[in-house]
Amino acid sequence: MTEKVVVKDLFKIFGHDPKSGLKLIEEGLDKEQIFEKTGLTVGVREASFTVNAGEIFVVMGLSGSGKSTLVRMLNRLIEPTAGEVFLDGENITKMNRKSLIDMRRHKMSMVFQSFALMPHLTVLQNASFGLDISGLGKQEREERAMNALDQVGLKPYADSLPQELSGGMQQRVGLARALAQDPDILLMDEAFSALDPLIRSEMQDELLKLQEISERTVIFISHDLHEAMRIGDRIAMMEGGRIVQVGTPDEILKNPADKYVKSFFRGVDPTTVFSAKDVARKSQLTLRWHKGEGAPRAALEQLREEDREFGYVIDKQRKFMGVVSTDSLESAMARDENTLDAALLDNVEPVPAETPLQEILAVVRRYEFPVPVVDEDNVYLGVISKNAFLRTLEAGVPETGAGTA
Amino acid sequence: MIFDFEEASIPLESWIEIGVNWLVDNFRPQFQAVKWPVEKTLNGIDGLLQMAPPIVFLVLLFIIAWRAANWKVGVFGVLTFLLVGFLGLWQETMTTLAMVISAVVFCVIVGVPLGIIAARSERFADSIRPLLDAMQTTPAFVYLVPVVMLFSIGTVAGVIATIIFSMPPIIRLTNLGIRQVREDVVEAAHAFGATESQILWKVQFPLALPTIMAGLNQTMMLSLSMVVIAALIGAGGLGEPVFEGLNSLRVGLAGIGGLSIVLLAMVLDRISQALGVSKHTQKKEG
Repeated sequence: MTEKVVVKDLFKIFGHDPKSGLKLIEEGLDKEQIFEKTGLTVGVREASFTVNAGEIFVVMGLSGSGKSTLVRMLNRLIEPTAGEVFLDGENITKMNRKSLIDMRRHKMSMVFQSFALMPHLTVLQNASFGLDISGLGKQEREERAMNALDQVGLKPYADSLPQELSGGMQQRVGLARALAQDPDILLMDEAFSALDPLIRSEMQDELLKLQEISERTVIFISHDLHEAMRIGDRIAMMEGGRIVQVGTPDEILKNPADKYVKSFFRGVDPTTVFSAKDVARKSQLTLRWHKGEGAPRAALEQLREEDREFGYVIDKQRKFMGVVSTDSLESAMARDENTLDAALLDNVEPVPAETPLQEILAVVRRYEFPVPVVDEDNVYLGVISKNAFLRTLEAGVPETGAGTA
Repeated sequence: MIFDFEEASIPLESWIEIGVNWLVDNFRPQFQAVKWPVEKTLNGIDGLLQMAPPIVFLVLLFIIAWRAANWKVGVFGVLTFLLVGFLGLWQETMTTLAMVISAVVFCVIVGVPLGIIAARSERFADSIRPLLDAMQTTPAFVYLVPVVMLFSIGTVAGVIATIIFSMPPIIRLTNLGIRQVREDVVEAAHAFGATESQILWKVQFPLALPTIMAGLNQTMMLSLSMVVIAALIGAGGLGEPVFEGLNSLRVGLAGIGGLSIVLLAMVLDRISQALGVSKHTQKKEG
């Protein structure tokens, strides 16, 4: 993994004499105190993070948390008050006007929440706007713009005007305009927030599809947790101008750094965010499979001792073999069949680890025993009981200690 | 007595007189130099219009009005000029038209750049605002005295007075039009690496154009009204029959002069207004 963008101690303070605000921050005052004292607004404070090449890095926070300011400091649409931004090791904050313009033309493109298309230009002219600005000839820039429009499925609309298109289509033009530049880095400022939910998830899929074809580094600003979870390789959580946590969606979900981060998950429907492995627990008795005679009797003993009705049979490699019950073991013995194989219950389908909770509900209902969960190698991870499942729905977050061996 | 209003305590009147006289004595060559381009432009346009056979003029008028607006405006324009011709005021109308066109050309050449500067600099916008107010509200007749002193009488002096009087709207509306361009669009242009001049010419100016054209329309209407008053200093044109009618109480002469001015104003207004309608709507119709 190569580091593409490195942000070090970035600050933005709005108002006259922002440097005096820096001093107050050093003294430990918070945003409200500084505003009361000096009228200065702290936009971003002490932001440090690294974005790796080819990943989708989501900056998430409520409005006013400074995320839009933060992303605008990366291409210096807003000048940082202090701190540094490096792109491929080059210090952007120290660039002169000319190299800054060059960087914007060739390395970083931006997609805006409001689309920000030129109303006097056609879709094709809009898509080639950046190339036109950088002085590319008409033929080449239209070719590349056409190509970009094709990628987002808007080729047939090349000669339309933006205002003749729907919101989703307009944002595709915005995306095509950014893609036509063939940038290393795509900055997306709440790019899909103005779209209705259905179109939004369609655009998210589109972005993920584009990522599969050509891996760009995407820095995506969002206030929507679902969106962040869906598309983010890593997420930075922002509050009051500060980055409070950076991590993969899983890490943040399971170990939210503070109340603020936790509060984000309150309104979240857990069934769309969690998968089977997040709720699977090793609460059930496992039985080691072996071919030998008398196995059913030994298993039955074990179950009775632990006062359990069901046992989960695994082999030496912990691969899942099946489920037995006290009833099935007894009837196998009555039939004089002395192997565990004969006692396995019919029609038990383990759930793959990545199955979203949404789809598990139906499975959990089908069985009278907790449903076994396995990984891609059929290794037993644990079970999901009806109780645990319902508790997850209620709490919104799975109980800790899940899924780890 | 503190409040003795019987006599002027502030001799502003004589100050102005001294000031203008001083200008006339010391800067007449400079003012004459300003006159030169206006004179050349005016004479060129006037000569062309006077020389052109009426039928050629009418055909061109129709084509321009038709392309800019629609055929109805074209027909209206042709009928207007036919009527003016049959009223015996063709020559005067051509002179007035030449004066209006010259005045508008100079208003655009000077006014649009000033408007652009005003849109980019708050301080400049603030400092020219009172000047623009004064230019627009000073009674038209008041211009004429210093203009005559500096530029002497005649058509060119009339056009110069007209330029000063009718310039404010195009400055104001250029300024307004550029300021009204959506900020996010300008930000997007910055994000894609546009330079300041690219932002002006590729984003702000084209988007401000409808507003700027509305300013052009205003400027044209104002210049038409001033051109008539300029007849007082011997500018000629359609103001002349009105002025003459007033002097000798020939109400008919004043009447046809007035009617011609109104009709000319309507034709110019319809054509210049149509120019202000945004390009895309026209493209869709075509």
